[in-house]
Amino acid sequence: MAKELLKGNAAAGEAAVRAGADFFAGYPITPSTEILEYLSSRMGELGRTFIQAESEIAAVNMVLGASAAGARCITASSGTGISLKMEGYSYAESMKLPFVVVNVQRHGVGLGGLDSGQSDYFRETKGGGQGDYRRVVYAPSSIQEQVDMIYKSFDVAEKYRIGVTIFSEAVLGQMMEAVDMPPFKKREGELDWGIDGTGKKGIRNNKWTIFERVEMYHEIEEQYQEWENINVEDAEYVFVAAGLPARVCIDTVKKLREKGEKVGLIRLKTLWPYPVKAFKELGPNLKGLISVETNVQGQMVEDVALTCRKFKINAPIYCYAYGPGVPMVKEIVAKYEEVKSGKCEERF
Amino acid sequence: MAAIKTLPTGANKHTFCPGCGHGIVNRLIRECIEELGYQDNYCFALAVGCSCNLHSQKGDFFQAAHGRAGAAATGIKRTRPDMLVIAYQGDGDAGVIGLAETLNAAYRNENLSVIIINNTNFGMTGGQMSWTTMPGEVTTTSTAGRNCDYNGYPQHLPEMIANSFSHIAYSARGSVADVKHIMETKKMIKKALQNQIDKAGYSIVEVLSPCPTNWHLDPLKSCDRIENELYPEYPLGEFKTREDK
Repeated sequence: MAKELLKGNAAAGEAAVRAGADFFAGYPITPSTEILEYLSSRMGELGRTFIQAESEIAAVNMVLGASAAGARCITASSGTGISLKMEGYSYAESMKLPFVVVNVQRHGVGLGGLDSGQSDYFRETKGGGQGDYRRVVYAPSSIQEQVDMIYKSFDVAEKYRIGVTIFSEAVLGQMMEAVDMPPFKKREGELDWGIDGTGKKGIRNNKWTIFERVEMYHEIEEQYQEWENINVEDAEYVFVAAGLPARVCIDTVKKLREKGEKVGLIRLKTLWPYPVKAFKELGPNLKGLISVETNVQGQMVEDVALTCRKFKINAPIYCYAYGPGVPMVKEIVAKYEEVKSGKCEERF
Repeated sequence: MAAIKTLPTGANKHTFCPGCGHGIVNRLIRECIEELGYQDNYCFALAVGCSCNLHSQKGDFFQAAHGRAGAAATGIKRTRPDMLVIAYQGDGDAGVIGLAETLNAAYRNENLSVIIINNTNFGMTGGQMSWTTMPGEVTTTSTAGRNCDYNGYPQHLPEMIANSFSHIAYSARGSVADVKHIMETKKMIKKALQNQIDKAGYSIVEVLSPCPTNWHLDPLKSCDRIENELYPEYPLGEFKTREDK
Protein backbone atom coordinates (compact mmCIF):
# COMPACT_ATOMS: atom_id res chain seq x y z
CA MET A 1 0.00 0.00 0.00
CA ALA A 2 1.17 3.50 -0.78
CA LYS A 3 2.52 5.60 2.02
CA GLU A 4 0.31 8.35 3.40
CA LEU A 5 1.48 11.78 4.45
CA LEU A 6 0.22 12.16 8.01
CA LYS A 7 0.65 14.43 10.98
CA GLY A 8 2.24 12.62 13.93
CA ASN A 9 -0.77 12.92 16.19
CA ALA A 10 -3.25 11.84 13.52
CA ALA A 11 -1.00 8.90 12.68
CA ALA A 12 -0.95 7.96 16.36
CA GLY A 13 -4.76 7.93 16.39
CA GLU A 14 -4.98 5.86 13.22
CA ALA A 15 -2.35 3.42 14.51
CA ALA A 16 -4.48 2.85 17.62
CA VAL A 17 -7.52 2.24 15.42
CA ARG A 18 -5.56 -0.24 13.28
CA ALA A 19 -4.36 -1.97 16.43
CA GLY A 20 -7.96 -2.63 17.42
CA ALA A 21 -8.49 0.05 20.08
CA ASP A 22 -12.19 0.19 20.86
CA PHE A 23 -12.23 2.88 23.52
CA PHE A 24 -10.75 6.37 23.76
CA ALA A 25 -11.46 9.04 26.35
CA GLY A 26 -9.50 12.27 26.51
CA TYR A 27 -9.43 15.99 27.08
CA PRO A 28 -7.95 18.72 24.88
CA ILE A 29 -4.41 19.89 25.62
CA THR A 30 -1.76 21.23 23.30
CA PRO A 31 0.25 19.61 21.72
CA SER A 32 -1.64 16.29 21.87
CA THR A 33 -5.11 17.55 20.93
CA GLU A 34 -5.07 16.27 17.34
CA ILE A 35 -5.20 12.70 18.64
CA LEU A 36 -8.46 13.55 20.42
CA GLU A 37 -9.76 15.41 17.36
CA TYR A 38 -8.82 12.65 14.95
CA LEU A 39 -10.39 9.89 17.02
CA SER A 40 -13.55 11.90 17.74
CA SER A 41 -14.71 11.19 14.20
CA ARG A 42 -12.70 8.06 13.41
CA MET A 43 -13.94 5.98 16.33
CA GLY A 44 -17.55 6.85 15.54
CA GLU A 45 -17.11 5.84 11.88
CA LEU A 46 -16.04 2.39 13.02
CA GLY A 47 -18.73 2.01 15.69
CA ARG A 48 -16.18 2.27 18.49
CA THR A 49 -16.35 4.44 21.60
CA PHE A 50 -14.99 7.97 21.87
CA ILE A 51 -15.71 10.20 24.86
CA GLN A 52 -14.60 13.79 25.33
CA ALA A 53 -14.28 13.73 29.09
CA GLU A 54 -14.73 16.61 31.53
CA SER A 55 -11.14 16.30 32.75
CA GLU A 56 -8.03 14.20 32.43
CA ILE A 57 -8.93 12.56 35.72
CA ALA A 58 -12.32 11.52 34.40
CA ALA A 59 -10.78 10.44 31.10
CA VAL A 60 -8.32 8.06 32.72
CA ASN A 61 -11.01 6.66 35.00
CA MET A 62 -13.30 6.06 32.04
CA VAL A 63 -10.43 4.23 30.39
CA LEU A 64 -9.88 2.13 33.51
CA GLY A 65 -13.56 1.21 33.69
CA ALA A 66 -13.61 0.28 30.01
CA SER A 67 -10.37 -1.68 30.34
CA ALA A 68 -11.77 -3.58 33.32
CA ALA A 69 -14.78 -4.47 31.16
CA GLY A 70 -12.51 -5.85 28.43
CA ALA A 71 -12.06 -2.97 25.98
CA ARG A 72 -8.79 -2.15 24.20
CA CYS A 73 -8.20 1.34 25.55
CA ILE A 74 -6.06 4.32 24.73
CA THR A 75 -5.84 7.90 25.92
CA ALA A 76 -3.50 10.76 25.11
CA SER A 77 -2.38 13.96 26.75
CA SER A 78 0.52 16.28 27.51
CA GLY A 79 2.23 17.93 30.46
CA THR A 80 -0.14 18.69 33.29
CA GLY A 81 -2.81 16.48 31.73
CA ILE A 82 -0.59 13.46 32.23
CA SER A 83 0.00 14.55 35.84
CA LEU A 84 -3.74 14.32 36.40
CA LYS A 85 -3.76 10.84 34.91
CA MET A 86 -1.03 9.57 37.22
CA GLU A 87 -3.42 8.48 39.96
CA GLY A 88 -5.09 6.36 37.30
CA TYR A 89 -1.74 4.84 36.26
CA SER A 90 -1.28 3.60 39.80
CA TYR A 91 -4.85 2.33 40.14
CA ALA A 92 -4.50 0.53 36.82
CA GLU A 93 -1.46 -1.29 38.13
CA SER A 94 -3.29 -2.21 41.35
CA MET A 95 -5.94 -3.94 39.25
CA LYS A 96 -3.62 -5.06 36.45
CA LEU A 97 -5.54 -3.09 33.82
CA PRO A 98 -3.81 -2.67 30.47
CA PHE A 99 -4.11 0.61 28.59
CA VAL A 100 -1.98 2.75 26.34
CA VAL A 101 -1.19 6.44 26.88
CA VAL A 102 0.41 8.71 24.32
CA ASN A 103 2.30 11.48 26.11
CA VAL A 104 2.99 14.18 23.53
CA GLN A 105 5.43 16.02 25.74
CA ARG A 106 5.44 19.74 26.17
CA HIS A 107 8.44 21.19 27.91
CA GLY A 108 8.54 22.66 31.38
CA VAL A 109 7.17 22.63 34.90
CA GLY A 110 3.71 23.77 36.01
CA LEU A 111 1.78 24.97 33.02
CA GLY A 112 5.01 24.61 31.08
CA GLY A 113 5.29 25.92 27.57
CA LEU A 114 4.31 24.68 24.16
CA ASP A 115 7.88 23.82 23.23
CA SER A 116 8.79 20.28 22.48
CA GLY A 117 10.95 18.38 24.94
CA GLN A 118 11.68 15.34 27.03
CA SER A 119 11.18 16.87 30.44
CA ASP A 120 8.84 14.03 31.52
CA TYR A 121 11.57 11.37 31.47
CA PHE A 122 11.66 10.85 35.23
CA ARG A 123 7.90 10.86 35.56
CA GLU A 124 7.27 8.40 32.76
CA THR A 125 10.05 5.96 33.51
CA LYS A 126 10.29 6.03 37.30
CA GLY A 127 6.65 6.06 38.34
CA GLY A 128 4.79 9.30 38.94
CA GLY A 129 1.77 7.82 40.69
CA GLN A 130 1.73 6.39 44.19
CA GLY A 131 3.38 3.08 45.00
CA ASP A 132 5.84 0.71 43.33
CA TYR A 133 4.92 0.05 39.76
CA ARG A 134 6.23 0.06 36.23
CA ARG A 135 4.90 0.89 32.82
CA VAL A 136 6.48 -0.06 29.52
CA VAL A 137 7.73 3.09 27.78
CA TYR A 138 8.35 3.29 24.03
CA ALA A 139 10.24 6.30 22.63
CA PRO A 140 9.72 6.74 18.88
CA SER A 141 12.13 8.77 16.73
CA SER A 142 9.85 9.04 13.70
CA ILE A 143 6.17 8.96 12.92
CA GLN A 144 6.53 5.54 11.32
CA GLU A 145 8.24 4.23 14.41
CA GLN A 146 5.51 5.72 16.59
CA VAL A 147 2.86 3.97 14.48
CA ASP A 148 4.67 0.64 14.76
CA MET A 149 5.14 1.04 18.51
CA ILE A 150 1.49 1.90 19.14
CA TYR A 151 0.47 -1.01 16.93
CA LYS A 152 2.29 -3.54 19.09
CA SER A 153 1.80 -1.74 22.41
CA PHE A 154 -1.69 -3.14 22.98
CA ASP A 155 -0.45 -6.70 22.64
CA VAL A 156 2.32 -6.08 25.17
CA ALA A 157 -0.13 -4.29 27.50
CA GLU A 158 -2.62 -7.16 27.41
CA LYS A 159 -0.05 -9.93 27.60
CA TYR A 160 1.28 -8.63 30.91
CA ARG A 161 -1.79 -6.62 31.95
CA ILE A 162 0.45 -3.58 32.26
CA GLY A 163 0.27 0.05 31.18
CA VAL A 164 2.21 1.27 28.15
CA THR A 165 3.35 4.84 27.53
CA ILE A 166 4.31 6.24 24.16
CA PHE A 167 6.98 8.86 24.89
CA SER A 168 6.20 11.30 22.10
CA GLU A 169 7.28 14.91 21.80
CA ALA A 170 5.47 18.04 20.65
CA VAL A 171 7.44 18.23 17.41
CA LEU A 172 6.83 14.55 16.64
CA GLY A 173 3.11 15.08 17.18
CA GLN A 174 2.95 18.21 15.04
CA MET A 175 5.23 17.32 12.11
CA MET A 176 4.23 15.35 9.02
CA GLU A 177 5.88 12.35 7.43
CA ALA A 178 5.02 9.63 4.94
CA VAL A 179 3.79 6.57 6.82
CA ASP A 180 2.96 2.97 6.00
CA MET A 181 -0.15 2.12 7.98
CA PRO A 182 -0.36 -1.47 9.19
CA PRO A 183 -3.51 -3.52 8.48
CA PHE A 184 -6.50 -3.59 10.82
CA LYS A 185 -6.16 -6.18 13.55
CA LYS A 186 -8.06 -7.35 16.58
CA ARG A 187 -7.05 -8.86 19.86
CA GLU A 188 -6.01 -12.46 19.32
CA GLY A 189 -8.08 -14.86 21.38
CA GLU A 190 -10.45 -14.04 24.21
CA LEU A 191 -9.44 -12.38 27.46
CA ASP A 192 -9.54 -14.83 30.34
CA TRP A 193 -10.42 -11.95 32.65
CA GLY A 194 -12.68 -8.89 32.60
CA ILE A 195 -15.97 -7.76 34.06
CA ASP A 196 -18.81 -9.42 32.15
CA GLY A 197 -21.61 -9.12 34.68
CA THR A 198 -21.40 -12.68 35.98
CA GLY A 199 -18.95 -11.97 38.79
CA LYS A 200 -16.72 -14.80 37.58
CA LYS A 201 -14.02 -13.05 35.56
CA GLY A 202 -13.81 -9.54 37.02
CA ILE A 203 -11.58 -7.67 39.46
CA ARG A 204 -12.85 -9.84 42.31
CA ASN A 205 -11.01 -12.77 40.77
CA ASN A 206 -7.67 -10.98 40.56
CA LYS A 207 -5.44 -13.38 42.44
CA TRP A 208 -1.88 -12.16 42.41
CA THR A 209 0.76 -10.77 44.69
CA ILE A 210 3.08 -7.82 44.27
CA PHE A 211 5.99 -10.29 44.35
CA GLU A 212 4.63 -12.10 41.30
CA ARG A 213 4.34 -8.71 39.69
CA VAL A 214 8.00 -7.95 40.41
CA GLU A 215 8.97 -11.23 38.76
CA MET A 216 6.94 -10.17 35.77
CA TYR A 217 8.77 -6.82 35.66
CA HIS A 218 12.04 -8.75 35.56
CA GLU A 219 10.73 -10.84 32.67
CA ILE A 220 9.81 -7.68 30.75
CA GLU A 221 13.23 -6.18 31.53
CA GLU A 222 14.86 -9.28 30.10
CA GLN A 223 12.73 -9.63 26.97
CA TYR A 224 11.49 -6.23 25.88
CA GLN A 225 14.55 -3.98 25.68
CA GLU A 226 14.71 -2.33 22.26
CA TRP A 227 17.52 -0.22 20.87
CA GLU A 228 19.57 0.49 17.77
CA ASN A 229 23.34 0.75 17.97
CA ILE A 230 25.15 2.73 15.29
CA ASN A 231 28.94 2.52 14.90
CA VAL A 232 29.54 1.78 18.58
CA GLU A 233 32.07 -1.04 18.23
CA ASP A 234 35.11 1.12 17.46
CA ALA A 235 33.73 4.40 18.82
CA GLU A 236 35.64 6.63 21.17
CA TYR A 237 32.66 8.76 21.99
CA VAL A 238 29.12 7.42 21.97
CA PHE A 239 25.95 9.47 22.09
CA VAL A 240 23.04 8.01 24.04
CA ALA A 241 19.62 9.38 23.12
CA ALA A 242 15.98 8.57 22.49
CA GLY A 243 13.17 10.12 20.46
CA LEU A 244 13.87 13.15 18.29
CA PRO A 245 17.28 14.00 19.79
CA ALA A 246 18.32 10.45 18.84
CA ARG A 247 17.15 11.05 15.30
CA VAL A 248 19.35 14.13 15.09
CA CYS A 249 22.21 12.10 16.57
CA ILE A 250 21.99 9.67 13.64
CA ASP A 251 22.86 12.52 11.28
CA THR A 252 25.44 13.86 13.72
CA VAL A 253 27.26 10.52 13.81
CA LYS A 254 27.21 10.34 10.02
CA LYS A 255 28.61 13.83 9.69
CA LEU A 256 31.35 13.32 12.28
CA ARG A 257 32.31 9.94 10.79
CA GLU A 258 32.75 11.65 7.42
CA LYS A 259 35.27 13.91 9.15
CA GLY A 260 37.02 10.84 10.56
CA GLU A 261 35.76 11.19 14.12
CA LYS A 262 35.16 7.86 15.85
CA VAL A 263 31.71 8.40 17.22
CA GLY A 264 28.70 6.15 17.67
CA LEU A 265 25.13 6.20 18.91
CA ILE A 266 22.99 4.11 21.22
CA ARG A 267 19.46 4.96 20.14
CA LEU A 268 17.05 3.83 22.82
CA LYS A 269 13.62 2.68 21.64
CA THR A 270 12.36 1.60 25.03
CA LEU A 271 13.00 3.69 28.14
CA TRP A 272 11.53 1.10 30.48
CA PRO A 273 12.79 -1.48 30.29
CA TYR A 274 15.97 0.55 29.89
CA PRO A 275 18.04 -1.11 27.14
CA VAL A 276 21.08 -1.94 29.25
CA LYS A 277 22.01 -4.69 26.80
CA ALA A 278 22.86 -2.02 24.24
CA PHE A 279 25.83 -1.00 26.39
CA LYS A 280 27.38 -4.47 26.19
CA GLU A 281 28.29 -3.74 22.58
CA LEU A 282 30.47 -0.76 23.45
CA GLY A 283 34.05 -1.26 22.25
CA PRO A 284 37.42 -1.01 24.01
CA ASN A 285 38.26 2.43 22.56
CA LEU A 286 35.53 4.16 24.54
CA LYS A 287 36.56 7.52 25.95
CA GLY A 288 33.18 8.94 26.90
CA LEU A 289 29.43 8.68 26.67
CA ILE A 290 27.27 11.73 25.92
CA SER A 291 23.61 11.67 26.90
CA VAL A 292 21.65 13.98 24.60
CA GLU A 293 18.24 15.00 25.93
CA THR A 294 15.80 17.86 25.56
CA ASN A 295 15.28 18.88 29.15
CA VAL A 296 17.19 21.34 31.30
CA GLN A 297 18.68 19.14 34.03
CA GLY A 298 19.63 15.99 32.22
CA GLN A 299 17.43 13.17 33.44
CA MET A 300 18.25 10.09 31.39
CA VAL A 301 21.96 10.57 32.03
CA GLU A 302 21.38 8.96 35.44
CA ASP A 303 20.28 5.74 33.78
CA VAL A 304 23.33 5.89 31.52
CA ALA A 305 25.49 6.12 34.64
CA LEU A 306 23.71 3.28 36.41
CA THR A 307 24.04 1.07 33.36
CA CYS A 308 27.76 1.83 33.12
CA ARG A 309 28.14 0.86 36.75
CA LYS A 310 26.36 -2.42 36.05
CA PHE A 311 28.86 -3.30 33.31
CA LYS A 312 31.86 -1.64 35.01
CA ILE A 313 32.33 0.83 32.19
CA ASN A 314 34.60 3.51 33.57
CA ALA A 315 34.47 6.07 30.79
CA PRO A 316 33.29 9.53 31.86
CA ILE A 317 29.65 10.35 31.25
CA TYR A 318 28.66 13.74 29.86
CA CYS A 319 25.26 15.24 29.36
CA TYR A 320 23.95 17.58 26.71
CA ALA A 321 20.76 18.83 28.36
CA TYR A 322 19.61 20.86 25.41
CA GLY A 323 16.49 22.35 26.96
CA PRO A 324 13.25 22.84 25.06
CA GLY A 325 13.02 22.05 21.35
CA VAL A 326 15.06 19.73 19.16
CA PRO A 327 18.84 20.24 18.82
CA MET A 328 20.44 20.77 15.43
CA VAL A 329 23.29 18.62 14.13
CA LYS A 330 25.74 21.53 14.36
CA GLU A 331 24.80 22.10 18.00
CA ILE A 332 25.49 18.48 18.90
CA VAL A 333 28.73 18.63 16.91
CA ALA A 334 29.74 21.71 18.91
CA LYS A 335 28.97 19.87 22.17
CA TYR A 336 31.03 16.93 20.97
CA GLU A 337 33.99 19.22 20.25
CA GLU A 338 33.64 20.65 23.73
CA VAL A 339 33.65 17.18 25.28
CA LYS A 340 36.56 16.01 23.17
CA SER A 341 38.68 19.05 24.03
CA GLY A 342 38.05 18.56 27.75
CA LYS A 343 35.99 21.74 28.14
CA CYS A 344 32.83 19.92 29.22
CA GLU A 345 32.47 18.84 32.80
CA GLU A 346 31.66 15.21 33.24
CA ARG A 347 28.42 14.34 35.05
CA PHE A 348 29.34 10.91 36.37
CA MET B 1 -50.13 -14.94 58.36
CA ALA B 2 -46.44 -14.49 58.83
CA ALA B 3 -44.51 -13.37 55.75
CA ILE B 4 -41.07 -14.92 55.55
CA LYS B 5 -38.56 -13.02 53.44
CA THR B 6 -35.57 -14.88 52.16
CA LEU B 7 -32.16 -13.33 51.68
CA PRO B 8 -31.37 -12.56 48.03
CA THR B 9 -29.18 -15.35 46.68
CA GLY B 10 -26.34 -12.98 45.81
CA ALA B 11 -26.12 -11.41 49.26
CA ASN B 12 -23.29 -11.92 51.69
CA LYS B 13 -23.19 -10.61 55.24
CA HIS B 14 -22.31 -6.93 55.23
CA THR B 15 -19.38 -5.47 57.10
CA PHE B 16 -20.83 -2.14 58.25
CA CYS B 17 -21.19 -0.86 61.83
CA PRO B 18 -24.31 -1.90 63.76
CA GLY B 19 -27.20 0.40 62.92
CA CYS B 20 -25.66 1.67 59.68
CA GLY B 21 -28.04 2.23 56.78
CA HIS B 22 -25.63 0.93 54.11
CA GLY B 23 -26.54 -2.69 54.86
CA ILE B 24 -30.22 -2.01 54.25
CA VAL B 25 -29.54 -0.27 50.96
CA ASN B 26 -27.14 -3.01 49.86
CA ARG B 27 -29.93 -5.50 50.44
CA LEU B 28 -32.54 -3.37 48.64
CA ILE B 29 -30.31 -3.07 45.59
CA ARG B 30 -29.71 -6.81 45.53
CA GLU B 31 -33.41 -7.55 45.84
CA CYS B 32 -34.11 -5.21 42.91
CA ILE B 33 -31.34 -6.76 40.78
CA GLU B 34 -32.74 -10.24 41.35
CA GLU B 35 -36.35 -9.19 40.87
CA LEU B 36 -35.39 -7.65 37.54
CA GLY B 37 -33.55 -10.83 36.53
CA TYR B 38 -30.11 -9.24 36.27
CA GLN B 39 -28.27 -11.33 38.88
CA ASP B 40 -25.82 -12.61 36.24
CA ASN B 41 -25.45 -9.37 34.35
CA TYR B 42 -24.54 -6.46 36.59
CA CYS B 43 -21.57 -4.57 37.92
CA PHE B 44 -21.15 -2.09 40.77
CA ALA B 45 -18.94 0.93 40.26
CA LEU B 46 -17.57 1.80 43.68
CA ALA B 47 -15.01 4.31 44.81
CA VAL B 48 -13.76 5.17 48.29
CA GLY B 49 -15.55 5.54 51.63
CA CYS B 50 -17.81 3.21 53.62
CA SER B 51 -19.78 2.64 50.42
CA CYS B 52 -16.92 0.60 48.95
CA ASN B 53 -17.62 -2.11 51.55
CA LEU B 54 -20.35 -3.19 49.16
CA HIS B 55 -17.64 -5.35 47.62
CA SER B 56 -18.23 -7.81 50.44
CA GLN B 57 -21.31 -8.73 48.39
CA LYS B 58 -21.09 -11.20 45.52
CA GLY B 59 -20.86 -10.23 41.87
CA ASP B 60 -18.77 -7.96 39.68
CA PHE B 61 -17.49 -4.65 40.96
CA PHE B 62 -14.99 -2.03 39.98
CA GLN B 63 -13.43 0.14 42.67
CA ALA B 64 -12.28 3.45 41.25
CA ALA B 65 -10.18 6.15 42.88
CA HIS B 66 -11.99 8.38 45.40
CA GLY B 67 -14.89 10.13 43.72
CA ARG B 68 -14.33 8.70 40.25
CA ALA B 69 -17.09 6.10 40.13
CA GLY B 70 -19.15 8.30 37.78
CA ALA B 71 -16.34 8.25 35.22
CA ALA B 72 -15.41 4.59 35.71
CA ALA B 73 -19.07 3.56 35.44
CA THR B 74 -19.23 5.49 32.17
CA GLY B 75 -16.33 3.47 30.78
CA ILE B 76 -17.85 0.18 31.91
CA LYS B 77 -21.33 0.96 30.62
CA ARG B 78 -20.14 2.20 27.22
CA THR B 79 -18.12 -0.99 26.85
CA ARG B 80 -20.93 -3.30 27.95
CA PRO B 81 -24.17 -1.42 27.25
CA ASP B 82 -26.42 -4.37 28.08
CA MET B 83 -24.95 -4.92 31.53
CA LEU B 84 -26.61 -3.24 34.51
CA VAL B 85 -24.07 -0.76 35.93
CA ILE B 86 -24.78 0.74 39.32
CA ALA B 87 -22.59 3.46 40.83
CA TYR B 88 -22.79 3.14 44.61
CA GLN B 89 -21.20 5.97 46.56
CA GLY B 90 -21.38 8.08 49.71
CA ASP B 91 -22.15 11.78 49.87
CA GLY B 92 -18.50 12.71 50.32
CA ASP B 93 -17.40 10.53 47.44
CA ALA B 94 -20.09 11.51 44.94
CA GLY B 95 -20.82 15.06 46.07
CA VAL B 96 -17.53 16.43 47.33
CA ILE B 97 -14.36 14.97 45.79
CA GLY B 98 -16.30 13.39 42.92
CA LEU B 99 -18.74 16.21 42.24
CA ALA B 100 -17.29 16.84 38.80
CA GLU B 101 -17.55 13.18 37.76
CA THR B 102 -21.06 12.85 39.21
CA LEU B 103 -22.42 15.99 37.56
CA ASN B 104 -20.74 15.28 34.25
CA ALA B 105 -22.16 11.76 34.08
CA ALA B 106 -25.59 13.35 34.59
CA TYR B 107 -24.72 16.07 32.07
CA ARG B 108 -23.95 13.40 29.45
CA ASN B 109 -27.14 11.58 30.49
CA GLU B 110 -25.13 8.38 30.82
CA ASN B 111 -27.41 5.38 30.98
CA LEU B 112 -26.49 4.62 34.59
CA SER B 113 -28.14 4.10 37.95
CA VAL B 114 -26.44 6.06 40.71
CA ILE B 115 -27.25 5.31 44.36
CA ILE B 116 -25.79 7.71 46.91
CA ILE B 117 -25.85 7.26 50.66
CA ASN B 118 -26.16 10.55 52.52
CA ASN B 119 -25.18 10.20 56.18
CA THR B 120 -24.01 13.82 56.55
CA ASN B 121 -20.36 12.98 57.18
CA PHE B 122 -17.22 11.26 55.95
CA GLY B 123 -17.85 7.96 57.72
CA MET B 124 -14.86 5.80 56.86
CA THR B 125 -12.26 8.34 57.95
CA GLY B 126 -13.96 8.89 61.29
CA GLY B 127 -16.67 11.49 60.85
CA GLN B 128 -15.39 14.65 59.18
CA MET B 129 -17.60 17.39 57.81
CA SER B 130 -19.13 16.66 54.42
CA TRP B 131 -20.95 19.13 52.16
CA THR B 132 -24.14 17.49 53.44
CA THR B 133 -23.32 18.07 57.12
CA MET B 134 -26.18 19.92 58.79
CA PRO B 135 -25.84 23.53 59.99
CA GLY B 136 -24.43 23.42 63.51
CA GLU B 137 -23.59 19.70 63.30
CA VAL B 138 -20.49 18.72 65.23
CA THR B 139 -17.95 16.65 63.31
CA THR B 140 -14.22 16.15 63.79
CA THR B 141 -13.55 19.04 61.39
CA SER B 142 -16.39 21.25 62.61
CA THR B 143 -15.90 20.81 66.33
CA ALA B 144 -17.89 23.93 67.19
CA GLY B 145 -20.68 22.90 64.87
CA ARG B 146 -20.83 23.58 61.14
CA ASN B 147 -20.65 27.30 60.50
CA CYS B 148 -22.39 27.67 57.16
CA ASP B 149 -21.23 31.26 56.63
CA TYR B 150 -17.68 29.95 56.69
CA ASN B 151 -18.11 26.46 55.22
CA GLY B 152 -21.05 26.81 52.89
CA TYR B 153 -24.57 25.46 53.22
CA PRO B 154 -25.74 21.84 52.89
CA GLN B 155 -25.59 20.39 49.41
CA HIS B 156 -28.70 18.97 47.72
CA LEU B 157 -27.36 16.74 44.99
CA PRO B 158 -30.57 15.15 43.60
CA GLU B 159 -32.24 18.56 43.36
CA MET B 160 -29.14 20.07 41.77
CA ILE B 161 -29.08 17.36 39.13
CA ALA B 162 -32.85 17.44 38.53
CA ASN B 163 -32.77 21.21 38.13
CA SER B 164 -29.63 21.37 36.00
CA PHE B 165 -30.08 18.50 33.58
CA SER B 166 -33.63 18.36 32.31
CA HIS B 167 -32.97 15.42 30.00
CA ILE B 168 -32.11 12.86 32.71
CA ALA B 169 -34.49 10.02 33.56
CA TYR B 170 -34.83 10.15 37.31
CA SER B 171 -33.81 11.95 40.47
CA ALA B 172 -35.13 11.14 43.93
CA ARG B 173 -34.35 11.07 47.62
CA GLY B 174 -35.36 8.29 49.97
CA SER B 175 -34.59 7.25 53.52
CA VAL B 176 -34.03 4.05 55.47
CA ALA B 177 -35.08 5.46 58.86
CA ASP B 178 -38.24 3.35 59.07
CA VAL B 179 -39.98 0.49 57.27
CA LYS B 180 -42.36 2.67 55.30
CA HIS B 181 -39.48 4.73 53.89
CA ILE B 182 -37.38 1.64 53.29
CA MET B 183 -40.12 0.26 51.06
CA GLU B 184 -40.47 3.61 49.26
CA THR B 185 -36.72 3.75 48.76
CA LYS B 186 -36.76 0.28 47.26
CA LYS B 187 -39.31 1.48 44.71
CA MET B 188 -37.02 4.40 43.86
CA ILE B 189 -34.02 2.12 43.42
CA LYS B 190 -36.04 -0.22 41.26
CA LYS B 191 -37.18 2.65 39.06
CA ALA B 192 -33.55 3.78 38.72
CA LEU B 193 -32.56 0.29 37.55
CA GLN B 194 -35.57 -0.13 35.28
CA ASN B 195 -34.75 3.20 33.61
CA GLN B 196 -31.32 1.90 32.77
CA ILE B 197 -32.74 -1.36 31.42
CA ASP B 198 -35.11 0.71 29.28
CA LYS B 199 -32.14 2.85 28.12
CA ALA B 200 -33.97 5.93 29.43
CA GLY B 201 -30.82 7.64 30.70
CA TYR B 202 -29.33 8.80 33.98
CA SER B 203 -31.01 8.03 37.30
CA ILE B 204 -29.88 9.11 40.74
CA VAL B 205 -31.30 8.15 44.13
CA GLU B 206 -29.93 9.67 47.31
CA VAL B 207 -30.73 7.77 50.48
CA LEU B 208 -30.69 9.39 53.94
CA SER B 209 -28.99 6.88 56.14
CA PRO B 210 -28.08 6.64 59.83
CA CYS B 211 -24.43 6.66 60.96
CA PRO B 212 -24.65 5.80 64.66
CA THR B 213 -20.88 5.48 65.05
CA ASN B 214 -20.03 8.99 63.93
CA TRP B 215 -23.23 10.63 65.10
CA HIS B 216 -22.52 9.24 68.59
CA LEU B 217 -26.15 8.14 68.85
CA ASP B 218 -27.65 4.69 69.26
CA PRO B 219 -29.35 3.23 66.17
CA LEU B 220 -32.89 4.18 67.17
CA LYS B 221 -31.93 7.73 68.10
CA SER B 222 -30.09 7.94 64.79
CA CYS B 223 -33.33 7.15 63.01
CA ASP B 224 -35.11 9.77 65.10
CA ARG B 225 -32.49 12.29 64.07
CA ILE B 226 -33.14 11.58 60.41
CA GLU B 227 -36.85 12.14 60.93
CA ASN B 228 -36.57 15.25 63.09
CA GLU B 229 -33.48 17.00 61.71
CA LEU B 230 -32.74 15.75 58.23
CA TYR B 231 -36.19 15.60 56.63
CA PRO B 232 -36.73 19.39 56.94
CA GLU B 233 -33.38 20.04 55.22
CA TYR B 234 -33.46 17.11 52.80
CA PRO B 235 -37.05 16.57 51.62
CA LEU B 236 -37.93 13.09 50.43
CA GLY B 237 -39.55 12.37 47.09
CA GLU B 238 -39.04 12.34 43.36
CA PHE B 239 -37.60 15.50 41.80
CA LYS B 240 -37.57 14.24 38.25
CA THR B 241 -39.19 11.24 36.62
CA ARG B 242 -39.35 9.91 33.07
CA GLU B 243 -42.88 11.21 32.82
CA ASP B 244 -41.56 14.77 33.32
CA LYS B 245 -39.33 14.49 30.26
